Amino acid sequence: MSWLESLTLNSPSGFWNPIIWLAFLIVFAVIGYIIYSRGNRSYKPNTDQVKPYLSGNEVEDVEEIRVRAGDIYWGFIEALKGYYNVLMRMHTGDIRDYILWYLGLGAIILFILVGGV
Amino acid sequence: MIEHLPALMIAVPLFGAFVAPLLKKKGSAPAVWAMIITGVTLGMALLLVRQVLIQGMMVYVFGADNPHLVLPSGYRVPIRIIFEVDAIGAFMALSAALMSFIGAMYSYSHVRNETGLEKYYALLLLLEVGILGMVLTGDLFNLFVFLEIAGIAGSALVGFRNYRGEASEAGIKYLIVSAVASLMVLFSIGLLYGEYGNLNIAYLSTQIGFNTVDIIALGILFTSFAMKCGSVPTHHWVPDAYTEVPSGINPTLLVATYASLYALFRVSFSLFGKVSSGMSSVGWIMCVLGVLTMFIGVTMALVQKDVKRLMSYHAISQTGYMLLGVGVGLAVLNDPAKLAAFGRDAMAGGIFHIINHIIYKSLLLMTAGALFYVTGTRNLNEMGGLARKMPYTTVAFIVGAAAISGIPPFNGFASKFLIYETSYQLSPIFAIFAMVTSVLTLASFVKVFASAFLGPPVKKYENVKEVPRSMVVAMLILAALCLLFGLFPNVVLDKLVYPAVDALLKLSNYQTWGGIL
Repeated sequence: MSWLESLTLNSPSGFWNPIIWLAFLIVFAVIGYIIYSRGNRSYKPNTDQVKPYLSGNEVEDVEEIRVRAGDIYWGFIEALKGYYNVLMRMHTGDIRDYILWYLGLGAIILFILVGGV
Repeated sequence: MIEHLPALMIAVPLFGAFVAPLLKKKGSAPAVWAMIITGVTLGMALLLVRQVLIQGMMVYVFGADNPHLVLPSGYRVPIRIIFEVDAIGAFMALSAALMSFIGAMYSYSHVRNETGLEKYYALLLLLEVGILGMVLTGDLFNLFVFLEIAGIAGSALVGFRNYRGEASEAGIKYLIVSAVASLMVLFSIGLLYGEYGNLNIAYLSTQIGFNTVDIIALGILFTSFAMKCGSVPTHHWVPDAYTEVPSGINPTLLVATYASLYALFRVSFSLFGKVSSGMSSVGWIMCVLGVLTMFIGVTMALVQKDVKRLMSYHAISQTGYMLLGVGVGLAVLNDPAKLAAFGRDAMAGGIFHIINHIIYKSLLLMTAGALFYVTGTRNLNEMGGLARKMPYTTVAFIVGAAAISGIPPFNGFASKFLIYETSYQLSPIFAIFAMVTSVLTLASFVKVFASAFLGPPVKKYENVKEVPRSMVVAMLILAALCLLFGLFPNVVLDKLVYPAVDALLKLSNYQTWGGIL
């Protein structure tokens, strides 16, 4: 068995070799670097060239217009509002509810096991 | 000395815990002391793993030379506390020792400005004692005792920052949940003791008949350990506890949670393994709970704005993968063909995921702790542009986020790959849920990365800089482990994981104390 084969993870219906993946990753990184190195050389950092342009209007403080964590996936969460309403009702933060869930789960498991479902 | 390793694994951190308060007025001495003790324990854990892998199960009898001792009447049952260390126990012990050491190293700077550090380190060492006892013992009552030690030490650490109301509340909640779970464990142990007159797991497993009382005991043990390991729908305590506990304790608290998962596996495979046909439905319950846990955990994570709370919900979600992997193995335990075809690999995926998750989730929670350390907030809405200020933390976060999302070549991928493939063979719907969960995991970590590390710099963090060196080193060690375990999964699987899986599957070996009887 070669060293490469010895690092191959065989699963019931496939295989995975991280070293081959890594080799591909390096090849793609080199290709990416070649493309990057042939890019536009007129870019000058720390000059007016890199400032945002908003049709001649003054640009607001970037800190104020940044995307906050609460805004990310807003649409996704809004679309699943019904699902999230159920989840939020489940997470009350009340310790008495924690114990009720424990009792409920225990009752279901015992029903399945003793009942032989 | 080697033959006393199982006892020393408990004795050394216990000694360390009792000495730590004596160093109260010596500056950073308690922190250094904790690092020394956890370092020594880690060395012993490595020796223990080596010994178990070379020579097989280690049996340690307290107060006698061997486990053959019988009662004066000649009644041949084990009558002493016996530690039985097989490959899965050694695997868990190594995880506990490694994470306690990393946690102590991280804590050196992270909690330096807090008061009561001698108590902090004493409790950290006691938590380690509790975990190690749980995973090394072969005695049910002993398991309960160590479960209590871990629960009490853990809840005190969750409430360590008692000047924060939320921490005190989380500590009390953790204490109540732990107490309810462990008292119900004690009740089940009482049922089994009443029936069979013994507490030794190996001995009991030879006697178990799967009558109604046994099934009730199994059901209560299952539910209690499921709650302690954070399985849905009894997971609510996890976000509270993981969010409020200092980040240096997060790694050890994670292992404490998975010690309960280990106990669940031990009960399912070793204590009740003899009745494998009856355990099939337990395996299916484990799979269904696993899928619910991973999906509900990740969808709750997606809406969080508190960085540690978000990561805590991910901890719940990842527990689902472990339950699913091992549940698949349990569901086909009575079918040798399916067990050989995919059941054993499924269990390997589940158990490999334990150590992978302990590594990358500790890393992620530590990066969250680093963010809190420099910004003083856990609210992602208030963060931004920190990648420029905290380059090491950023790299550590990227590695951890890639690993938890199952992106190759990091360690999370290898174990998830095994779980996807094998759970598909039991039921394709399980594999679909597992893959969707991974996609949502990546999505929520993109949210953290975009809001905390990328974007324009926030003025109030203009002067912040990278966290102290001990925190950086602890994070980078774990990041390196994520990469190493991902690049060489076969080495970890062959040396640690498959022996652990076989230890669970080879019941006869466990019942005969590794061939001693």
